[in-house]
Amino acid sequence: MEQNILVILPHPDDEAFGLSGTLAKYIVEGAHVTYACLTLGEMGRNMGIPPFANRITLPTIRKAELEESCKSIGIQDLRLLGFHDKTIEFEDQDRLDSVIASLIEEVKPSLVFTFYPGYSVHPDHDATGAAVVRTIQKMPAADRPLVQCLAFSNNCEQELGKPDVYQDVSMFMVQKLNSIQAHRSQFQAAELMGKKQMKAKEVEQRFGTERFWTYTFS
Amino acid sequence: MELINQTEVQQMIDKLKDQDLYIHLEMTTGAYAAHYDSTKHPAANFITNAIIRYSHGSISGNGPYRVGLKMNHGWVYTEGLTHFEQADTDRLIMAGHDNQGKLVVALQLSREPF
Repeated sequence: MEQNILVILPHPDDEAFGLSGTLAKYIVEGAHVTYACLTLGEMGRNMGIPPFANRITLPTIRKAELEESCKSIGIQDLRLLGFHDKTIEFEDQDRLDSVIASLIEEVKPSLVFTFYPGYSVHPDHDATGAAVVRTIQKMPAADRPLVQCLAFSNNCEQELGKPDVYQDVSMFMVQKLNSIQAHRSQFQAAELMGKKQMKAKEVEQRFGTERFWTYTFS
Repeated sequence: MELINQTEVQQMIDKLKDQDLYIHLEMTTGAYAAHYDSTKHPAANFITNAIIRYSHGSISGNGPYRVGLKMNHGWVYTEGLTHFEQADTDRLIMAGHDNQGKLVVALQLSREPF
C-alpha cells in the first residue's frame, strides 16, 4: 500500500531491534519512510569492543552507522534533527513540538512510529514520544495520523495491556539483521547479541515479531 | 582508544597545565541500569566545555588509573580510567570502560571547545 510513514526516535539504533523489520515490510509494499532521528547518540556508552570510538568521534561514527542501517532497511529519507543526546526532556518544548509539527505538515504521514511516553525506559525515548503525542493531539481528530508506539519498560504490559499490533517480519530478517549489525559500535555487547552465534531458527524466534501499541488520543 | 600509557598521559597533563582548558567530565551507570537490575541505582552526570586551569596534575594507580588536577581553588578528580587516545597530541582524551566495553567515566581536556 502506498503511504507515507514518519518515524520519530531519539537515537541512531532505536530503529534496529524494534521496528526495522516492520519498516522493511512497509517499504517493500510501496511505503515512503521518513525517519527523523533527534540526536546522534553522542552520549552512548558503547564504543566497540575494544573501543574504536571515543566521546569525540562517536557522533560521526554513529551517524555513518545510522545511514548504513537506513540503507539496509530501504528507508528513503533520513533527517537528523540535531538535538543533543540525553537532553530531550530538558529541551524547549515549544521548539521541539514545532520541529515535529513541521515534519508532520511536510510529510503528511498516515502512520507515525515513536516510543510510548512513560513506558520506554530511557528519558529521551519518553520525552520524544511525549512530544510526538502532544503535537498530534493538537491536530483536528480527523487529520491525525495513526500513532503506533514501541514500549519495553518492565511494567508496560501490566499497565498498557498486550500490544495490539503484531508484525510478522520473519521474511525481513536480512534487512533487520543488517540494520542491527550496521550499529557496530553499539551492538557487540553480550547482553544484546548473545555470546554464541545463533542459529537461523533462534534468530527468527527472537527477532521475527515486532510489537506495537496504538496510541489512543483522549 | 588504547590502554593507558601512564608516561604519555603524564606528559600530556604536564603540557596542558597553567592554561585555560575546556573540560568534559562524565560519569554514568547508563540509563538502563535499573531496567536490567532493579537493585541498581541509575546515576549520571556530565559537564561539557566548562573552563578550568590547573597548576599541577598527575596520573596514579596501576590500572584502572586515577587522575587529580590541582586548581587554584579546588580539584578535578577522576577514578577508573582505562583508555586514552594515543594519536591525539593536542588534547587529553581519557575514558574508563567496564568489562563489557561500556564507558563508565570520561575525562577530556582541550584548548578548544569539544
